[in-house]
This record gives sequence, structure tokens and C-alpha cells, in this order.
Amino acid sequence: MNTSFNWIKDLVPGLDCSAQEYMDAMTLSGTKGEGFVTLDKNLEKIVVGEVESMEKHPDSDHLWICQVNIGAEKIQIVTGAQNLKVGDRVPTVLDGGKVAGGHDGSPLPENGIEIKAGKLRGVESNGMMCGIEELGSSREVFPDAPENGIYVFPKDADVKPGDDAVHALGLDDTIHEYEVTSNRVDCYSVLGIAREAAATFRLPFKPPVVPETGANASEKSSDYIKVSIEADDLCTRYVGRVVKDIKIAESPEWMKKRLRASGIRPINNLVDITNYVMIEYGQPMHAYDLSTVAGNEIIVRRAKDGETFVTLDGQERKLDSDVLMICDGEKEIGLAGIMGGQNSMITEDVKTVLFEAATFNGPNIRKAAKRIGIRTDASGIFEKGLDANNAIEAMNRACALVEELGCGTVLNGAVDVHSELPQPVHITFEPERTNEFLGTDISREDMLSYFKPLEIVYDEAKNELICPTFRQDLKSFADISEEVARFFGYDKIPTTLPKSGATAGKLSFKMRVEGVARDVVEFAGYSEAMCYSFESPKVFDKLLLPEDAKERQVIKISNPLGEDFSVMRTLTLNGMLNSLALNYNRRNKNVKLYELGSVYLPKALPLTELPDEREKLTLGFYGEGDFFTLKGVVEEVLSRAGLKLKPEYDPNAGLPYMHPGRQANIIYDGKVIGFLGEVHPEVCDNYDLDTKAYVAVIDMLDVVEKATFARHFNGIAKFPAVTRDISMLVPKSVLAGQIEAMLAQRGGKILENYALFDIYEGAQVKAGFKSIAYTLSFRDKEKTLADDEVNSAMKKILNGLESLGIELRS
Amino acid sequence: MMKEKLEQIRQQALSAIGGSDTLDKLNDVRVSVFGKKGELTAVLKGMKDVAPEDRPKVGAIVNETRAEIEKALEDAKKKLDRAVREAQMKAETIDVTLPAKKPVLGHRHPNQIALEEMERIFTGLGYEVIESPEVEYDYYNFEALNIPADHPAKDEQDTFYVNKDILLRTQTSGAQVHEMEKGRLPIRMICPGRVYRSDEVDATHSPVFHQVEGMVVDETTTFADLKGTLTEFAKELFGEDTKVKFRPHHFPFTEPSAEMDVSCFKCGGKGCRFCKGEGWIEILGCGMVHPHVLEMSKIDPIKYRGFAFGVGLERIALLKYEIDDMRLMYENDARFLEQF
Repeated sequence: MNTSFNWIKDLVPGLDCSAQEYMDAMTLSGTKGEGFVTLDKNLEKIVVGEVESMEKHPDSDHLWICQVNIGAEKIQIVTGAQNLKVGDRVPTVLDGGKVAGGHDGSPLPENGIEIKAGKLRGVESNGMMCGIEELGSSREVFPDAPENGIYVFPKDADVKPGDDAVHALGLDDTIHEYEVTSNRVDCYSVLGIAREAAATFRLPFKPPVVPETGANASEKSSDYIKVSIEADDLCTRYVGRVVKDIKIAESPEWMKKRLRASGIRPINNLVDITNYVMIEYGQPMHAYDLSTVAGNEIIVRRAKDGETFVTLDGQERKLDSDVLMICDGEKEIGLAGIMGGQNSMITEDVKTVLFEAATFNGPNIRKAAKRIGIRTDASGIFEKGLDANNAIEAMNRACALVEELGCGTVLNGAVDVHSELPQPVHITFEPERTNEFLGTDISREDMLSYFKPLEIVYDEAKNELICPTFRQDLKSFADISEEVARFFGYDKIPTTLPKSGATAGKLSFKMRVEGVARDVVEFAGYSEAMCYSFESPKVFDKLLLPEDAKERQVIKISNPLGEDFSVMRTLTLNGMLNSLALNYNRRNKNVKLYELGSVYLPKALPLTELPDEREKLTLGFYGEGDFFTLKGVVEEVLSRAGLKLKPEYDPNAGLPYMHPGRQANIIYDGKVIGFLGEVHPEVCDNYDLDTKAYVAVIDMLDVVEKATFARHFNGIAKFPAVTRDISMLVPKSVLAGQIEAMLAQRGGKILENYALFDIYEGAQVKAGFKSIAYTLSFRDKEKTLADDEVNSAMKKILNGLESLGIELRS
Repeated sequence: MMKEKLEQIRQQALSAIGGSDTLDKLNDVRVSVFGKKGELTAVLKGMKDVAPEDRPKVGAIVNETRAEIEKALEDAKKKLDRAVREAQMKAETIDVTLPAKKPVLGHRHPNQIALEEMERIFTGLGYEVIESPEVEYDYYNFEALNIPADHPAKDEQDTFYVNKDILLRTQTSGAQVHEMEKGRLPIRMICPGRVYRSDEVDATHSPVFHQVEGMVVDETTTFADLKGTLTEFAKELFGEDTKVKFRPHHFPFTEPSAEMDVSCFKCGGKGCRFCKGEGWIEILGCGMVHPHVLEMSKIDPIKYRGFAFGVGLERIALLKYEIDDMRLMYENDARFLEQF
């Protein structure tokens, strides 16, 4: 919403402050200013000049030497413009003055362009006659301005040499831009903004006085037109009024100025009036040439499915039964609330006009405009759901303007068809409760003084506030409290902290466990990544998942931004691999990343209930490190989260995206809680990752389930440990995990620890075997171990190992 | 006679100690005095020849002499030891300006750092940190927040839908409803999490981003409490000198509603490129929980009042750490992450 500051000042007499002060105050009372444009920012010393004589420059074939009357004196100006003739009155910038920009309409320089007297090919020139672009405006709103020429005031313009040209053009104005919130439909109008301004500055609000029109006309609108609403759920009111003897002409300068300041191109009096009222009242209007309305009849009904209609921009539009149409006795003549039809367009020859001011179901207009694919100024306003009571007032204003501008003869009365009109809402006035709610101590008198300029009426007998229907946002106690807060001033409301009893501030147990995981992996060198939750269904192919993989059971977004963002991820690998590949291809060395983020697993498809959102800790790296360094980080995470048991690893994880010989499921307490390994080289290829990469994924909910922060001190060993080394020849098929399980199982209580210290496969070892050596450490907490106790434990262990086909070397 | 001998030993020994410039030489002195064939040892051996009545007296002198020589030896040894160590340390001198050998530590994402700061502030104020689903029912994201089916706000938020009832939440505000439905009062909670809007990726937009929702419901909550709480929050997050400004705004689920601006922490409010010359930066939306919203979640709006707020986490992180492009947040370039 953009409005002219001059227009607001006319409606709020006494408003006297800078554009900035105005905007700041309006923002603090709830009408947020987004900025303003001062039209005359760089316009200095620009007057109306009258060209008194012109002669060709002796040394140029395109320059003219003009004598220009600027009121007090005559000055000589040399110009290259070709559109001037003697007698033209033009904006003229004098020596030492400023214009806003160049004549080509390119972006305006911050400080404008200074104009100095000088010589053009030897001939003195003491100023410059200006084109509309040089004045910072455009042919868009000054359609009478020539292309590449000097702006010439119209013949009938009330200006004389020496007058302030900036004022004459209406450029002595500031345009404020506002962000109007969706609940304040009334502020999509100059009157609405001005009412807020009056309340904000505690000044009187002087809306236009609208005289009655057509009272003396011998004919009535209803003699000419019949209106019926067939779809009263979509059209709440239709006001039609007929104007005869139309005299198309230009609008007066005051109206053109206000239209221009609102960014609207003046066209002719009839069109300008509908536009003007739309801006002023926030009620879009339409004018039909009554001679094109068949059967002198207007019917408001739904379109038929598949029907087409040519709008006044010449486009054919496809309709459906949720689109509301304005029809005459035979055919459709307008897309209700969106755009008129080509077939009822006003032409210069129009004699009799039907003015329409209607209100529609806002959401339906919004959806229809979206489906059809046009959004007009009118639909943009209608979609907010307009006050039906405002429609008749807007119609009255339009008719008053018709009479004022001598544009035609307004007929008696309107044809007004509507369902039940909105009634003012009554809200009990509860000043104490409002004060309790806001934490303030505002007197009831002060509160009432805020309501008055907002046209909220206080009924003392019933202790009720009666809210005008244009304030559709006022429905209850809280809304009234907001009005009080706005005009008391949000900034004056005290700042306190909640007074009630203390509550325990805390993170959930899950968040604390996640915090531990973050700390561990960050200490281990992994940096935190953040990846999107949705991705392309193509990732499943990139990850070599078979067609029937359960990971392909995904939640699809029905209106995604594109295929790349169309399914909710069921595994976290894609984001991690993309991130690693991005780093690798940007030549970052040894990159380690982790992500804590969810996968989204549907319980059933199509989705009928919310999916499982399972948080995963995903680790990934390339460069320094290998499977076992990653395994170490995983184990440290588990251990620091209080998972005391030793995790197990199943190499037969069967994960298609992992290297078949270098992958394992991580098993804790009998449950698979994740996996780790080297990424399948083909998957790396698919991600353009030309190096080995390792990933681990741990289900955080599984971890949280087993996690604990309880810790117990076990004392420090008082008695010495006994260590024994075993060196073995192990069949290649036997895994270290099997050996360790055997050690743990057979070692008994006194086996404190075991550690692999050598592993070797190669020429010196006999075929089919590998050499492995462990150090075992035995200790009894209560006493010094006797040799025979250790020997007996060792014997059990060695027997066990032999049962695995292991040969002992020593 | 004995006495003179001892005096002679003493003088010779002390002189020899004084003249010893190495531990070896010092040791030679020790051997020459105390060794098996040492001079003092010899004297001690000769004690048997001393008349018994003189023995205590001579013995005392012998002890005195021995003690003195031993002390001199000890002192000289300490001195020599120190000299040796000093020489050694001198030889071990390093160039301390050579580069450090750093442990390779990972870095937390700036978004997470900003979140943890907020969690710290609000847990300190007695708020519980909770979670709420990302894939959510329309009811929790819209309807229960006073945004019925035809409400324009539904369009404004450019929602991703799974089907007509289930969507990707566009705001964390649904957490308010979940929390209220638990029926545990009073409520003081914040809920961080991912939210989704159908915005094309650019320097300031991402279809996935994070919000932190906050809510207080109690019998005495006021708009002044809302202001006080968020003022405290802003000062903690952006510095004690931060000024705040509350502007009226509109959200369907709060009334009165406000947006909070903070004074630009770059220029202090004078206006700069960072705050686009405004001196203020908008950081959050807030308001008193709409009584109708309380009512829909079965909380008596006469007895209870509440306030709620929602903060865009990326926005805070971008501002606080002066990150000029939102895309960096989801790219995971190590050179970006390492700066936090």
C-alpha cells in the first residue's frame, strides 16, 4: 500500500511533521512504514517557463536557441529537444538548480544532477527545460509526456511563467509505503490510513463530505437494470448504479495528481473515478457500458466447468464452477472481483454506464485468481474479504465525483442486492481486565479517548464498545486490549519478568545425550553439517538400493519445489555424501563432518498418521583415518553416553551402498543401532567423490534408550596385574571379534583387559592363516593373583581358541 | 699434632673443592678425603692411637672437620649440578615462535551455536526445552492456531503438503498446541526445530530453516512480562547495550501481537549498511496468546493468560555472525564451518 503524504495531510488537517517522523509514529501505532520516496528530493529551482521564441543554433542542425519567460525575466536556453513550439509552457530548471536524473529514464543518481549556466557550441544557455524523466517521474503516470522530449503543460493547465513547476506537477509530495497486515483490510485505503494517522497524532480526521446524488433525477437506476445474485455464498453484496449522458474527458489536475502519486496512470474521468474510489475507499469498482449488457440484467453466478472467457486484456481464460462470474441476460461479462470482460469494455463512445461496487467471498477470489493465473489490483484487495457496508459508501462517493466532474447524470438510487449485511460487533468494555492483561495502569477515560478516533463507539448504558464493521479484526476482549496497547504505546508498557513461581528450566534427557555425542565427535575432529530433510527420489538409485528396498517407502510432498526436494529422506547418506563431495571438489583436505538430523519413516503409505521421525547421528569423512578410527569414534560416543557394554559388529550387514568387505552393523545389547564402513566405490562415483569415504550412522533414539549419566567409582586397583601375551596363527575366516568374545567368555572375572598388539598376514605366515597377538591382563581386586589362578584361566582360554582352529605359536 | 693434621686436611680439602670445576674433580677430592685411602679415613683409623681421655675432644674436631668438608662438597656439587643443567637447558633452547601442533577439533554449526545460546538463556529463566513433530497435522500447524481453512495466512506461508491433512510444519508454533494439550500448567517452554516453506533458495531464503518457539502460560502473565522477558533475551544474546523496540503487528494466534526490533549491534543504532540505514533490525514476532487459542486447547482463557514468540534461528545466526548468504548454512563447506 502506497499513499501520498499530501493526500493524508488533506484528510488530517494539522498534521505537520516530517515524512520520517510520520512514518516512525505510524509504525509504532501499528501501520508499519516500509520507507518513503520524496518525489522532489533533488528538484531545485524549477519553475514554469514559457517559450517565447525559437531559432536554430547557427552551428548545429539539431539545437534550438529559445527565449524563455520565467516570470520575473526572460532567459536564453539552448535545447536539443524537437517537440517544442512557441507558446509552450514547460518545467524549467534555472542556473544552480537541480534535476533528479537524465532524460533517458535510467536509475536516478543519489544526489541528482546540478544544472549550471554555460555555453552550448558557443551559445549561452542559462538553464534547462525538462523532460518528465529528468523530474524523476515517468510516462507511465504522465501519459501526455512525449518520448524523448520536454514535458509541455496542457493548454488548459492553470499555470503561468514563474510558477513552481514541481508543485504544478504534483511532485511536491512524498509517497509512503506501508506493510498492511492481513487483518486490517480497512487500511488498504487512503481513508483507512488517514484514520489511523489521525488517531496516532490525536488530530481530527476529515473524510470527504459525500453529498447525495441523483435525488432529482427523473429516472431510477432500477429502470435500467435488474440485479440477481445466484451464488450468495460467493457474492455478499452487489450495488449497481446507472449514469447517463456520459461525457468522457480528462480528469481535473487534483485528481490526476493523487492518482499519479498512487502510481496510477490517469486515463479519463470515468476510469479515473473508479480508480480513485478504489484507492480512497479500498473498494474496487467496475464500469460497464450499459449498451453491452444484454437484457438490462446482471446475474452473479458460478461459471460452468470448462467454460472459457476472454478478459479485457484479450486473454482467453479457462474457468471452473468455483469461479464467480458477472453475467448479463445472455453471457458472461466479467470475472467477479478479478477482471472485466473484453465484451463489455468501456469505449470512448459510451453513453450510459453501469457502475458496480460489489463484495465477494475473499478466499474464493484468492483461490480463483490463483487457479486462473491472474492477480489484479482489484483481486488483491477483494481477496482480503471486504466490508459490504463500505460498498454503498464507495458507490455514493463515485457518483458524487461523477457530478463534481460533470462526467454524466447520476440516476436516482442504486440497485442494491445483498444477503445479511455485517452488523457492528459489541464487546464488553473491561478496562481492569485489559490492564491486567497488559500489565498497565491506564485509566478508562484514556482508553475511551483512544477508541473515539477509531470510530469505536462506547455505549455507556450497556458498558459496551460498538466496533465499526470496517474493523473486521475487532471481535473480542483481546482485540480491544490491542487497540489500547497501540495507542497507549507499546513502548510505554512496562517491562517486567513473569511473577509466578519458579519452574525448572531444563533440556530433555535426549538433548543432553545429543550434547554428549556432539562433544565427542567434535573432539574427534568432526564438524557439524546441516542438510535438507527432503531430497530427490533419484538418490535411491545413486545409493544402489534395490527396487524393493524399504528405504524407497518415502513420504512424497504433493507440491514440492522440484523433484530434487520432493521426498522426505529415509536415510541420511545423501546429504552427507553431497557435502563430502562438495568439499572434496573444492580441494578441502581431510574433511570430517557429522550431522544430527532426522529421517522420516512412514508407518503406512499413503500417510494417514504422522511418521516416525528418527534422529540419526551421521559421521562421514575422507582423507586421514580409516574404518577403525571411525569405529573408535563410534565406540567413544556410546561409552560417553553411558552405554557400558561392548558393542558388537556384524560384517554381514548387507548394505548395498557400502563396500561389501568393509561394512558392519553396530549391535548393542543384541539390537542393531547403526552401521559403519567404507562407502561403496560405485556410490562414490555417483556422487563425484573421487576418493575413499567412510560413514557411520547411529540411531540416536536407540542410544538415548540405553544412555545414562549415572557413574560409579570402582576404586583404584591395589594389587598388581599379571600380563600374558598370546601369539596365534588364526585361520583367515576367524574374526578378531570371535577371538575377543572367546577371551571375554573364558577369561573369567580376573581377566581385566585384553589388547591386540600385532596382526600380520603375508609371506611369513602359512597360507590361509594370519598371525595375531594379544596381551592379556589379569588382576584380582581383592588380592595378589597366584600364578596357578592365571594359569588355569589361560588354559581355558587357550583351549577355547584351539576350538576355533587357532594354532598357538608360543 | 692430630689437631694440626686435621686443620691441614681441612684447608687442603676446601681449597681443592674450590678448585674443582667438574663433578669428576670434585669426586676425586671426595675420594682423597673420605675414600678408603683417604686422608680423613686415615685419621679416623689413627683414632685408636689417641689417648682415651683425649678421644672425645679429638673426635669432636674430626666430626666438625668432616661435616665442614662434606658440606663444602655438597655445596660445590649443587653448584656444579646447576651449571651442568643450565648448560643442558641452554642447549635445549627452542624457537617458541615455531607453529603450534594443534589438536584437530571439529566445529559446531553456527546455527547450533546460536541455538545453544538461546537455550542457555531460556533454561536460565526456567524454560523447558521441548520438541515437536516436523511432519505435522494441519490442525496443529494452522487450525488450532486460529488459522482456519480459508485464512489468507495459510496461503502466505507457502506450505508444503503431504496430503490435505498432513503437511511439513511452516512454523514451530504447533508446539504451543501440543504443550497446552498436555494440560500441565503453568507452561514455560521453548521449542527449537526445522520448519519448511516453499521458498526458492537464495541468499536470504531456504525451503528448510529453523525456528525457536517460546511460550508462557500462567495465571498472571502480562504483555509487560512478554516485553521484559524478550528484552532480557535480546540483551543476553546481543549485548547489554542492546535496545529493543516493540511494534504492533498481526499474527492470527496472538493478540495483541508485536514484532521486536533490536538496535543494530554493528552501528549501535546510528544506521549502517548492515541494518540498511534503519538502526534497527527485526528479529522476532510475539504476542499474547489469543484467548481463542487457549480455549481451543482446553485452557480457561479467563483464568489463564500467556505469551508466545517465534524466532528465526538462521536469521539470528546470520546477523550475529555476519554471514552474508543463507546458502552457506546448508552447503557444509569445511572452510565455512571452521570459522565457528
